Amino acid sequence: MVDNNLFFMLCDELFVVYRKMCIICEFEEWLYIDFGCGDILGFVYFYVGEEVMVIGIMFYLGDGDWIVSMYCGYGYCIVKGVDVIGMMKEIYGKKGGFCNGKGGLMYIVDLSKGMMGVNGIFGVGVFLICGVVLVVKFCGKGEVGIIFIGDGVCNQGIFLESMNLVVVWNFFVIFVVENNGYVEVILCDYGIVVESFVDCVVGFGMFGVSIDGIDLFVVYEVVGEMIKCVWQGGGFVLFECKMVCFYGYFEGDVQIYWVLGEFDDICENYDCIKIFMVQLIKFGVVSVDEIVVIDWEVIELIEMVVKEVKVVLQLIFVDLISDVYVNY
Amino acid sequence: MKQVVNEVFDQVMKVDLIVICMGEDIVGGIGGQGEMDVWGGVFGVIKGFYGKYGDCVIDVLLLESVYVGVVIGVVVCGMWFVVEFMFIDFMGVCFDQIFNQVVKFCYMFGGNVEMLVVIWVMVGVGFCVVVQYSQMLILLFMYILGLKVVCLSNVYDIKGFLFQFICDNDFVIFCEYKNLYVYECEVLEGFYIIFFGEVSIFCDGKDCMIVIYGLMVYCLFEVVSKFVKEGIEVEIVDLCMFLLLDMDIVFDSVIKIGCLVCVDEVSLCCNIVMDIFVQVVMYVFGVLKVQIEMVVLLYVLVFFLLMLEDFYIFSVDQIVNVVCKMMKGVW
Repeated sequence: MVDNNLFFMLCDELFVVYRKMCIICEFEEWLYIDFGCGDILGFVYFYVGEEVMVIGIMFYLGDGDWIVSMYCGYGYCIVKGVDVIGMMKEIYGKKGGFCNGKGGLMYIVDLSKGMMGVNGIFGVGVFLICGVVLVVKFCGKGEVGIIFIGDGVCNQGIFLESMNLVVVWNFFVIFVVENNGYVEVILCDYGIVVESFVDCVVGFGMFGVSIDGIDLFVVYEVVGEMIKCVWQGGGFVLFECKMVCFYGYFEGDVQIYWVLGEFDDICENYDCIKIFMVQLIKFGVVSVDEIVVIDWEVIELIEMVVKEVKVVLQLIFVDLISDVYVNY
Repeated sequence: MKQVVNEVFDQVMKVDLIVICMGEDIVGGIGGQGEMDVWGGVFGVIKGFYGKYGDCVIDVLLLESVYVGVVIGVVVCGMWFVVEFMFIDFMGVCFDQIFNQVVKFCYMFGGNVEMLVVIWVMVGVGFCVVVQYSQMLILLFMYILGLKVVCLSNVYDIKGFLFQFICDNDFVIFCEYKNLYVYECEVLEGFYIIFFGEVSIFCDGKDCMIVIYGLMVYCLFEVVSKFVKEGIEVEIVDLCMFLLLDMDIVFDSVIKIGCLVCVDEVSLCCNIVMDIFVQVVMYVFGVLKVQIEMVVLLYVLVFFLLMLEDFYIFSVDQIVNVVCKMMKGVW
């Protein structure tokens, strides 16, 4: 049960939070449409339905902190403050994208915002974040590294190796396992022995906490308590967030491996944005009209971004053949 | 060679740039109650660095995949990194980090980051350390665009290239022959650079040209001196760098001489010399006086016993026979 006082503590930020959720959702809805039309090519992976966790964690982090994410990473970028126009340009392969259009859908990086990147390879972020935090420690700074990984990565040796390294070298790294119950299109129960990933961390002397990743206020409260403890020198932490993913593994995944009615149940009962909105209205923090205003503002914003990006020049051949090496 | 490599890294780390060295046992004794800094790497090349540079020299447990991954995170933040692997044979563990991450970052970041990394690794036979520590796997890395691969034959080149590697903003795999530690040669004092892509002509000739690289260059001096007595001048071209390979000097020599022998310490399939063979045939076939010859190894793994390890690698006589055969073809 979430303390009602929580609402008043967060009051100033709740509009911002809701708006961010809507931006993530609307951003991905546009990708869904344009991918369907053939304007975007490649593989598209969505974060819709999982917005709460990244927002809940980012509450406690500053601009100087670093994150590495999986390839369904647009939500992380948006919450970290990465410019939406630059992201969209990158996705469309246009000049002026964060990677000058060469990274594409699965490679959005903005080092100025501490976004180390969406990455196309499972689990590699567990190392990247250790490298970044090594630099932070070397430079005598106190920034934090957060790595967002999926449930499938927990089966990889590199995951265990990186946890060992974090503890041995005393890195300030937070592991966040986003458990939606599926590893690609296979159920976790089929291939993963542990019931909960918090069981993996015990041997390393880390704290493991399992959270309902659908309710923002639960996430905010639980993460807050743990992070406070860790900041006070209390050890290392892994959060396992139980959540759902609306669009399956990738866009185009027909999800016939889902049980009949599973998708409707998720839409009805596990839509984190809807749950959050209902909570805000119920406790009088916002009115329905204010919600509608934010919704429309976000829709117009993303529409404007897409229109602007679509007229930007595409990359030409000369752009594409450079940057394999710095010095040829 | 130990002294030269030590000197180069020492000079670089003294300069006011952030350089980190990481590897297995490059300090040695960490975490124990006895003496620290006991190893400085497998051959003790950077022994003493921990005392001088402290946290810039990092010992790691046997987690190649982890520490190459960590390196990537560090260099993205703009620091320079030297990673020491004991043997190239151990790099399989971190292959994903190399061919999917570090070599792709410069391109996929749109040129916004530079991969300031040198991976320093041992290759080749020697010391009877058996097949899993003695392979010539340079070729595996030649397929991977985005990195530079170097294998040098002498200490003079090693010093000049090492300074170049550190200054270069690309990812470099520097392969050194383990047996090169027993060879000596003169080097210049102080700082000098040999630029990437420069192929060395070890000695000039007009009758036959041998393309080779690495430690095998030394066995050619005997070949050259044998033929000098017979009035045959053999030119030795030392490749040095494979990615990116400068073929212009090779073509110039082929055009001048017209007889080419390629020597490689791998078996006859998809190797460096096959690449050179194909390019020579494609671009300068018309100047060849006789068919190109290759001296390569059998399809077999490295033998263990000392005398048998010598049988594994080709001999001076083998190369002499091939050159004689080629000369007969010309005459």
